[in-house]
Amino acid sequence: MTALPDSTQRRLGLVIDLDTCVGCHACVVHCKEWNTGGYPAPLSDADPYGADPTGTWLNRVHSYEVEAPGRTPRVVHFPKSCLHCEDAPCVTVCPTGASYKREEDGIVLVDEDLCIGCKLCAWACPYGAREFDPPTGVMKKCTLCIDRIYNEHLSDPVPACVSTCPARARHYGDLADPDSEVSRLVAERGGYELMSETGCRPTNRYLPPRSREPAATAAGNAGDGGGDGASPPVLEDAPAEGGFLGWIDRLLTAADRDPSPPPDSRP
Amino acid sequence: MKHGIEYSAPIGDEVRTTTCYMCACRCGIRVHLKDGTVRYIEGNPDHPVNRGVLCAKGSAGIMQHYSPARLTGPLLRTGERGSGEFREISWKEAVDLAVKWLRPLRDTDPRKLAFFTGRDQSQALTGWWASQFGTPNHAAHGGFCSVNMAAAGLYSIGGSFWEFGEPDWEHARWFMLLGVAEDHDSNPIKLGLARLKERGAKVVSVNPVRTGYSAIADEWIGITPGTDGLFVLALAHELLRSGKVDADYLASYTNAPWLVLEAPGDPEDGLFARDAEGRPLVWDRDARVARPAVDPENRPALRGLRELPDGRAARPVFELLARRVLDPRYAPEAVAAATGVCADTIRRLASEIAHAAFEHTVTLDVPWTDVHGRRHEKMVGRPVAFHAMRGISAHSNGFQTCRALHVLQMLLGTVDVPGGFRYKAPFPKPAPPPQLPAGRPEQIGAGRPMPGPPLGFPRGPEDLLVDPQGRPARIDKAFSWEAPIAAHGMMHSVIRNAWAGDPYPIDTLFMYMANMAWNSAMNTAETAAMLTDRDPETGDYRIPRFIYSDAFASETVAYADLVLPDTTYLERWDCISMLDRPIGSADGPADSIRQPVVAPDRDVRPFQDVLLEIGARLGLPGLVRDDGAPRYPGGYPDFLVNHEYRPGVGPLAGWRGPAGDTHGTGAPNPDQLARYVANGCFWQDRLAPSQRYFKHFNRDYLAYAKRMGLIGSDDPIFLQLYCEPLQRFRLAARGHGAVLPPEEHRGRIERYFDPLPFWYAPFGSPEGDAAGEPEGGSGEGSKTDSKTGSGPAGEGGWPLHAVTQRPMAMYHSWGSQNAWLRQLHASNRLYVPDPVARSLGIEDDDWVVVESRNGSVRAQVKRMRAVNEHTVWTWNAIGKRRGAWNLAPDAPEATRGFLLNDLIAELLPERDGGYRYANADPITGQAAWYDLRVRIRPADGPGERAAPLAPPPGAPARPAVLRFGEQFRRAGAGNGPARNRSAGSGP
Repeated sequence: MTALPDSTQRRLGLVIDLDTCVGCHACVVHCKEWNTGGYPAPLSDADPYGADPTGTWLNRVHSYEVEAPGRTPRVVHFPKSCLHCEDAPCVTVCPTGASYKREEDGIVLVDEDLCIGCKLCAWACPYGAREFDPPTGVMKKCTLCIDRIYNEHLSDPVPACVSTCPARARHYGDLADPDSEVSRLVAERGGYELMSETGCRPTNRYLPPRSREPAATAAGNAGDGGGDGASPPVLEDAPAEGGFLGWIDRLLTAADRDPSPPPDSRP
Repeated sequence: MKHGIEYSAPIGDEVRTTTCYMCACRCGIRVHLKDGTVRYIEGNPDHPVNRGVLCAKGSAGIMQHYSPARLTGPLLRTGERGSGEFREISWKEAVDLAVKWLRPLRDTDPRKLAFFTGRDQSQALTGWWASQFGTPNHAAHGGFCSVNMAAAGLYSIGGSFWEFGEPDWEHARWFMLLGVAEDHDSNPIKLGLARLKERGAKVVSVNPVRTGYSAIADEWIGITPGTDGLFVLALAHELLRSGKVDADYLASYTNAPWLVLEAPGDPEDGLFARDAEGRPLVWDRDARVARPAVDPENRPALRGLRELPDGRAARPVFELLARRVLDPRYAPEAVAAATGVCADTIRRLASEIAHAAFEHTVTLDVPWTDVHGRRHEKMVGRPVAFHAMRGISAHSNGFQTCRALHVLQMLLGTVDVPGGFRYKAPFPKPAPPPQLPAGRPEQIGAGRPMPGPPLGFPRGPEDLLVDPQGRPARIDKAFSWEAPIAAHGMMHSVIRNAWAGDPYPIDTLFMYMANMAWNSAMNTAETAAMLTDRDPETGDYRIPRFIYSDAFASETVAYADLVLPDTTYLERWDCISMLDRPIGSADGPADSIRQPVVAPDRDVRPFQDVLLEIGARLGLPGLVRDDGAPRYPGGYPDFLVNHEYRPGVGPLAGWRGPAGDTHGTGAPNPDQLARYVANGCFWQDRLAPSQRYFKHFNRDYLAYAKRMGLIGSDDPIFLQLYCEPLQRFRLAARGHGAVLPPEEHRGRIERYFDPLPFWYAPFGSPEGDAAGEPEGGSGEGSKTDSKTGSGPAGEGGWPLHAVTQRPMAMYHSWGSQNAWLRQLHASNRLYVPDPVARSLGIEDDDWVVVESRNGSVRAQVKRMRAVNEHTVWTWNAIGKRRGAWNLAPDAPEATRGFLLNDLIAELLPERDGGYRYANADPITGQAAWYDLRVRIRPADGPGERAAPLAPPPGAPARPAVLRFGEQFRRAGAGNGPARNRSAGSGP
């Protein structure tokens, strides 16, 4: 069995914003594209043009339909990859030392040289974040793009999924640093641990969808959505004086205001 | 450290920029190559479209480029059409044959060539080529896609949603998306939504289905398909009822004060009152006289019937519009049942809109000068923005619905103001743009080019492409009385009409990148049958010849006589021109190119090169020099640099002039492409802050746009609440004018060419439109008469709407054979509202029969709640025909996937006299595929599928396992059992 570090200097991880994730799979495929030629290369695809195309992916988006009481039903898109847990059961279960958690940044990795493909780690992970790659016989997982985040050839060395997310729903940083952008986001937006009851103490955090939808049962009590969110009342009829559309003349700017709204000029 | 990791490996040995083509979005990309192989594709952070991000499709470009579905060489059909029997031929033989087939057509009757392109982005070439050939029969896929959106916008505000305008993501406070699925323009919308949410704006989505963008909306309005016009007019009704409109904006920038003649029976009834110089008039409230609308000293009236000097009466547009919209039929309570949106919700949304618009004015401290020379110290705007797309457009009432939406924007004063909708350069243009379609009978002749482009914007009946009897001049009947403002053509009608010889027979159908034998056709099975149908008397195919170009073994390849294999997007030069589909932003014009980043490894050629060669071989004017030599011997890149449509204007706007130091217009620059490559394959210009809003009336912007060649005149662009060109058609229907519609079309023109927006029921609905299209038609169950509310299940009638969208991971992508993307979507389900499924006892994965008046398909069900309760839907274009795209015969795309296209008729039911109009908007000819109505019933399984297609010769073997990327592992470094475990060190 493999030991975890007592503590890590940093806790590098992802903060994923469920309020803006549209489920487009950009992060999923970009991860695949980078990593199939990168550190964990290859991420194989079995039967790629056949009846059951099945490949190895380090990041997937799951979509759920949810319906909270009193709310209209909605679809939630939920990206999930390794959460780089502090108490990572996938590491402690590993019989060879292939799975390990790095002391310097908290990233959980697999050393494929040591991996015997026993899949114990996949069984141990409560999040289903590990993927066995049958053609190569080893376990693959999110590396937090270990070959990007320290890569001097990149101008913006962040994980591939973060670099490409069109909805800006993915944020990367050090969650051990309370002043980091990701820590601030977690504090401001109520970022939460996925399935905290597992006791794995995941590093990654999710930002919940903001709730600005009016209650389905109480029409008319929502603001316009911006700023103070005040509830504007139902619009009142324009004053009737001046005849049909008399108000339109009064709406023209003061400098241009016509003292006497014109009646029909037609005899 | 014990675990070897190479932290800072170079990505590849070379990086080249180009433009993505995995969909129509045209993002900038950086392609990393290693040992000549594509290692990695990423978004270009400097690019104005995507600013570094890239979607799932773009990231899967590697799998598209190396797909085993790629065609490998030119093919000549040897067996029956559809048999897949071909002979591999040389390019010389292929081009010789094309020239041999086309030359006699040009020499005798150029109309015999119908040249239509699909999702390509080279219309600035292909449309011009068609004109040089002399055929009016050219268009791209816009008639299928969203011409209602484009035309309604261009005739109303001189711009459009789509890719031609965008919300002011930085200042909008309240934002409504209507009918936008996972589509145009995908990455910019995602970036924008994120920005809106970051800023705390409210996002409201109006869509029958809550997925994608709608999934993250703060509020979702699950509207009933085809009723958006009612909903929008009800919002406008609320705003007008309460006086919440921007009167100054209306009086200054729109035709709200313009006087409309009220002279029943007069040939000018309903047209604008004009002075002797033809200038529209307004009523000045001080002088109490009619004066030209362009006079800045006017104090125009917005209401009141006025008497003109000639004794005729006229009334301002605004009053006519207000009377229309305030009609009780557009009151919230009147539209609630049909739209499925309760009246209280409509009232609340209108109140939120008014609150944001009038209580939260956005003010930018940016002075600007209007066309009258008046300086404004600030830019003041109303932070309510709308964006709309196909859900509005693909209905037979889409033009008027989209008009209604633009009218709502104008009432709020939120067109090109801070916080509202913003034009993207080169828009705005005059409404409508001053470009007329060529192709009237006298403009077509043996051996001569047409005098102009095949597509444009008719101003009235005299601009139609009809013969003296009023019959269509084009094979697709675009710009005829059937679809007078078919600004993008009617590709969806081409095969049907060519097969029927209606309005005339053609000889050669020439198509590019248009899967018309499958997911790009309505009535798919019958369309394929038309391609194989023979005339029993002659034994010849009814469509005698079919030339097709595609990069992949799509379904349509099997039906072609001659196949011209195209390259992938990473293997060629291309141009994203402002003369075609621009990529400009609201802050300035832009265009871009593709450059080859890898060389083809097959016997394929860029389609545009081949087209230019064929044109030169035919001796088309413009394509050859005086001595008959090809004018562009260097192929498409030669054309891009050296062709001028008019002096100084070429396909690309950047780095023109001999020294490459002028932009917009200028002489050709031989180094132009090198300058693009050096700049990341794009060019963009930035507007000064004073030019960025009020562009339609902004003196400095309009002067700039004229100087850059974006527009021909710097006159102000008045926004058109009242669409006068429609009234011109209507007057013709009343017997006025020199060009009159045949009697049988007059009722239809009279009804639908209303210069003010109105709503009518989509033609495809069983209710039909009261005065429009009758119920009836072909196929089983055609005589039922169920109404929408006849019950949620499927017993009898056509109680359910059926719509499609494409998943974001495949939106507008060319081929879902992609090894990575098909793992996300390899088969599609029919999403069925829970109450409907329950009433039929249907569970997830059960099979159902989906029936329409046109046919039936079988589908596997997924129950859903976040969907309009009268609507079923599915992901489109997932289903593939067995044998196509070099997928295995048991691929789920073929065994479980399905298309709804089979259910959609390309024609409306017969009218009195037997005539059948296209299943399309009566104004623009936009294919009305979202009008579909169906019923469903349980089935026992997938049933019989379409017969398999044989793969074309030369198709490579499909790999059993892909280990793409393994070749990039660096010996002696990094992870993996195959490597030496060298010690790396972390930073």
